[in-house]
Amino acid sequence: MTTLQLNSTANPELKQLARILSRRASSRNRRLAALALIAAAVIVTTACSSAMMLLGTGAKRPAASEFGLGPRTSANGLYLATLEPSRAIRPRQMQTVRVSLTDRNGRSIIGASMTIDGGMPQHGHGLPTRPRMTNALDGGVYEIEGVRFNMGGWWEFKVTISSERGTDTVTFNLSV
Amino acid sequence: MAANRFLVLSALVLLGVNVAAIASGSDGWSAAQLDELRSLSLSALEPVPADPTNRVADNPRAAQLGERLFFDTRLSADGKVACGTCHQPDRNFQDGTPLGHGVGVTGKRTMPVAATSRAPFLFWDGRKDSLWAQALGPLESKVEHGGTRAQYARVIADHYRADYENVFGPFPDLSTGLEAITRVFVNIGKAIAAFERRIEFGPSRFDRYVDAVTSGQGAAGIFSSDEVAGLKLFVGKANCTQCHNGPLFTNNEFHNTGVPGRPELPIDDGRLTGAASVVKDEFNCKSRWSDAPNRCAELDYLVTDDHVLQRAYKVPSLRNVAERAPYMDAGQFATLKEVLDHYNRAPVAPAGHSELKPLRLKPVELNQLEAFLRTLSGPVRKP
Repeated sequence: MTTLQLNSTANPELKQLARILSRRASSRNRRLAALALIAAAVIVTTACSSAMMLLGTGAKRPAASEFGLGPRTSANGLYLATLEPSRAIRPRQMQTVRVSLTDRNGRSIIGASMTIDGGMPQHGHGLPTRPRMTNALDGGVYEIEGVRFNMGGWWEFKVTISSERGTDTVTFNLSV
Repeated sequence: MAANRFLVLSALVLLGVNVAAIASGSDGWSAAQLDELRSLSLSALEPVPADPTNRVADNPRAAQLGERLFFDTRLSADGKVACGTCHQPDRNFQDGTPLGHGVGVTGKRTMPVAATSRAPFLFWDGRKDSLWAQALGPLESKVEHGGTRAQYARVIADHYRADYENVFGPFPDLSTGLEAITRVFVNIGKAIAAFERRIEFGPSRFDRYVDAVTSGQGAAGIFSSDEVAGLKLFVGKANCTQCHNGPLFTNNEFHNTGVPGRPELPIDDGRLTGAASVVKDEFNCKSRWSDAPNRCAELDYLVTDDHVLQRAYKVPSLRNVAERAPYMDAGQFATLKEVLDHYNRAPVAPAGHSELKPLRLKPVELNQLEAFLRTLSGPVRKP
């Protein structure tokens, strides 16, 4: 069963399956199941290996619920920001992204300024361009120009906001 | 025992499904991987973007004039060099030599032309920001065409006056000086750009494979098992799509991959120098010669001072890569095998810092990657 255990560690469900099997199966069934599981595990592992290997730097992709355009709260809770891209975010395209800014009670924040940072945590690189806030529009909406993501995958897009309320950063996780 | 039988049966069904998937030609791709494959197919390529800096970019008469100029050796110091001397149409618009040979020898590998209309920056160091500005560089380079803009304006006056006027309006009086001469010179670049932006990649076997495997029809017989394995490495643990992504297999950025210099040439700083150059380039998007000097987002949000730019070079498209050895910015590697070996070893960069990490791929895996890269060959279409 050593081989079975080694292979099954790649997949929790298979591991559990193996545990149940090793405890309960008859010896003939166990051999058959072991053989089938080894083969299945090898195939499943091969199919998934590409996706797993992409995790280069060891940074762990956040849960799906952490992704999206917001509204998202800043680190110290001063602001609530929502991204409004001019069109769906796509790789390799220069884009303009609007940021709608409120306090935690939904009141628009006017007169703020923003700086942008970000990158791909799993690849250890930053943004390929240097986006800037170029306009403050009515109703607490700010325009960020020069945004580009040069590959698909998980990007962090960090908006550091300064106003009379103070300085705080909202980190968006985007799946490009 | 009933539970045991159920478990055994489940395992066998799982195995059966996987075997059936492979036999049917779906090659065991996950839904996420199929999405990534789709993003690499020519079917995902968007139309050629507008170039507002060149008002004749999509003018067919300009493209015709540009094609003739592209192959006209009178646009050189010795009457022997045209754009097409190095950018040979039957060789993917490159010349197959480590360094380009014009009236002298350049310090760089000749770059292919297809689909460059989609690149925000041109040349290995990205020192130009449009196809028309790029075309003007070699014309005035001492080792490429080697002539002067005054000489080239004279060639247009003597041999292309009617065609020029048909596209650009009245031919200026060259005796009035540099302004008129430069105007004609810039328009040579804009006509050549109108021709070049029509040069595109046609579909390769890879595109046929992806279209088949993603449509659910099955792709049996299109790829060998080595080619499928190579593609899995390419989008997987070889990390190639970190830079070689999208339907052109390039993110259009600049990266230091630790490629050695040529012993006979000085070590240059690549993009660090190129980014500084394009900002002050006489013919950049913001220049008086541009037809849209207020629409220059690429320059407005350009990174010019990051240390990662040192010795970073343009990520070339991998389409037709097997057809255009030698490789890298100065033809340092003679074969794809040498290129893959370099990426596998990830040596220290001669200057700056290489972004590569050793891949530790086995020889068989490197061979599979190479087999896959060879599936990216297809026709190059020109108007």
